[in-house]
Amino acid sequence: MKNKRSITSRKWTDRLVRAFSIFAVAVAVMSMLWVICTVIYYGHRALRPSFLLNPSRPYGIPGGGIANALLGTIAITFGAALIAVPPAILGGIYLSEYKDRRVICSILRFSATVMMGMPSVIIGLFVYMIVVVSSGHFSGFAGSVALAIIMFPVVMRNTEDMLGLVPYTLREAALAMGMTRTRTTLRIVCFAARRGLLTGVLLALSRVSGETAPLLFTALFSDSWPTTYFSGPTANMPVLITEYATNSPFAEMHQAGWGAALVVMLLVLTINIATRLLIRGQADGH
Amino acid sequence: MFALRTDRIFQWLCLISAMIAGLLMLGFFVQLSLSSVSTWRQFGLGFLVSNDWDPVANRFGALPSIVGTLCTTVIALLLAIPLAFAAALYLVDAPPLLSNILSHAIDLLAAIPSVIYGMWGLFVMVPIMQKHVQPFMVDVLRLHRLPVIGRYIGEYYNGFGIFTAGIILAIMVLPYIYAILRDVIKMTPPVLREAAYGVGCTRWETAKDIVLRYGIRGVLGGIFIGLGRALGETMAVLFVIGNLMDMPEDIFSGATTIAATLANNFAEADCLQRSALFALGLVLLLMSFSIQVAAQYYLHATSARRGESRS
Amino acid sequence: MAIKISAKNLNFYYGSNQALFDNSLDIEERRITAVIGPSGCGKSTHLRVYNRIFELYRDQRVTGELIIDGVNVLDPQVDVLELRRKVGMIFQKPTPFPMSVFENIAYPIKLHFKLSSKELKQRVEQALRAASLWDEVKDKLKNSGLALSGGQQQRLCIARAIAIEPEILLMDEPTSAIDPVATLKIEELMLSLKEKYTIVVVTHNMQQAARISDNTAFFFKGHIIEYGPTARIFTNPKEKKTEEYITGRFG
Repeated sequence: MKNKRSITSRKWTDRLVRAFSIFAVAVAVMSMLWVICTVIYYGHRALRPSFLLNPSRPYGIPGGGIANALLGTIAITFGAALIAVPPAILGGIYLSEYKDRRVICSILRFSATVMMGMPSVIIGLFVYMIVVVSSGHFSGFAGSVALAIIMFPVVMRNTEDMLGLVPYTLREAALAMGMTRTRTTLRIVCFAARRGLLTGVLLALSRVSGETAPLLFTALFSDSWPTTYFSGPTANMPVLITEYATNSPFAEMHQAGWGAALVVMLLVLTINIATRLLIRGQADGH
Repeated sequence: MFALRTDRIFQWLCLISAMIAGLLMLGFFVQLSLSSVSTWRQFGLGFLVSNDWDPVANRFGALPSIVGTLCTTVIALLLAIPLAFAAALYLVDAPPLLSNILSHAIDLLAAIPSVIYGMWGLFVMVPIMQKHVQPFMVDVLRLHRLPVIGRYIGEYYNGFGIFTAGIILAIMVLPYIYAILRDVIKMTPPVLREAAYGVGCTRWETAKDIVLRYGIRGVLGGIFIGLGRALGETMAVLFVIGNLMDMPEDIFSGATTIAATLANNFAEADCLQRSALFALGLVLLLMSFSIQVAAQYYLHATSARRGESRS
Repeated sequence: MAIKISAKNLNFYYGSNQALFDNSLDIEERRITAVIGPSGCGKSTHLRVYNRIFELYRDQRVTGELIIDGVNVLDPQVDVLELRRKVGMIFQKPTPFPMSVFENIAYPIKLHFKLSSKELKQRVEQALRAASLWDEVKDKLKNSGLALSGGQQQRLCIARAIAIEPEILLMDEPTSAIDPVATLKIEELMLSLKEKYTIVVVTHNMQQAARISDNTAFFFKGHIIEYGPTARIFTNPKEKKTEEYITGRFG
């Protein structure tokens, strides 16, 4: 048995890689904790009732808060959901239930998947031209449209996947009872998949509620209450954070920015984690 | 008869809704092309290779933004891919409970909004880079004196720039690449891994020579997904890149990326500059589109999640 | 006849389920030993102890001793990489690596030995000849190993195993996924390989066990019911269970 390769060096390589693997996991998890803890550390000091209840004010006027931006973000995000969810679910139904036009289906499925990877800044540019330029002004509504475009493919593909999990026999049973196809789809199939559909919508919401880039081109920002949702620049959290963090040299503004960041992060992570628990509960239920 | 008619109407409604996906995709291309026509008329394809960006003289070139985008993306991927692969290797074989918790923790990285990474980058990473990391690299390790690669590592630094942006992007794309690599590793048939161990491979040899080769398409798909994410990321980069419309000299230089240029200049821009920004947007769209197509091509045959984040 | 492997009181557990009970077995050198029994009887599990491949799975563990050439290889001190070089394994489904035919053989050789490329080529050719595959693949060494037929793939795996100079070959139902003609070829191959190697083969095919093996062990519910020369086991079993099984009354 000549020319044997040393086993020791192979084993050491293996151990080194293993150490690097553990290091990699640590880097990922630590980064996550680091970011979250930083935001909590700097942000919690800003959290006073007045901060949450007052609208934002220009620098120098004391007592500014984030109430208008918070309401604005809620309006813009829910507006986006209202615009995106109905057609996205119908589209998902088409991809899952009507397989008679295979080529069209695969083209649309492919477009949706590719769209999910599109940079959100491009969607901002697109909506700027489509809504802002044609209506003549920035608006919270334009922001909703932009976020809706981001949500649409996510909800559509999720709907398709979730409906695909519903056993085929359920459809056959309903059709055999003399139900129409529409009723079967809506009352039986969608009902059976309702939790999956809900989680998809929630995940899409958590994904867009912190989205910033498209809002810079559409909703912009304002210090007033979001009554201008349809008619003019509308306050929202992500742009407020951006403004306070980058365009202001003042520590008070930075402080407010951290406070806003903490609120957004809590909002997003709560939806996100709640959804994961929902998914898990569903998995256990079956 | 009535029932059949509602069925037909409903089916058409669904089809029209689904068509929105295709129409939007098409709409992006049409809109950005139309809005950037005057730039292409004025500068032609020279726009892509000119490094001139002078709004006063109305001269615009895309090269600094394109180079900045590519540099930050490359740094991000160089850091993220090995980490993601190593983490996936470890967690696939880890005890189920530990693996579950840590996987969810890594997935959470993808849930944090990018503007928060931006803020964290600006107020935490930039000072650390400036005071500790970059002095260490330059004054202690003297990396800028190295042959060949030394040219790309600057002597002067201020915390901002391509390198910092690359690090933050790496953290942001890590969970996406990780999620796909994890699926790819899990897809390797157990019997193939057993065969590899059976001829006396170590874990690492099995991973790099058997698992990686078996799932190479999925791995490439995952890398492309990460690439797409890094390329189009706006806010995190905007905060730390320095926003200089010049060609970067080295990785510590302030620079810009296409997405950051768009977000930074759009508000003040008019006429030709605005058109030039749309032209940049079109370039980014084409890059992202081709990357997504490549990613889907590679992921198609695998059952790995198609880059659809669960976040 | 020399004893190559000696299993002593092996107990095997999947989590809290015991799968093997006090298995003791002496395997003769350069003979083919067949392990038979109904499915789920633990015969594959028993085999998977011999190269410690079960250790890949967190919840599987074994107690007892496994002596190969006088050394208890279940001792954690024993180098598992060297053990697996010495004890090759062939699986039920052919498992060519995702590489060319040549690389399939060369890869494990390169893991264990430092050879010049000329020597490497010779070793690969030797291994393929020994697995009587050389004539069929000598013109397609660069093709993917996955492009071969099922029977060829299985012989490729055998060639891969013998390329790294093992002493023992474990075969876990090596022909169950392969057509009858290819099966015959592999059986012939096994008979020629026993001149150099100690072979342990798990099979559900009793004719196969009768055709090729020298000794046969009959497993039932994790116990070794009977072990002896194949001819005797098949003509004159001592245990009632063995008789019932080989006459086809169950299994």
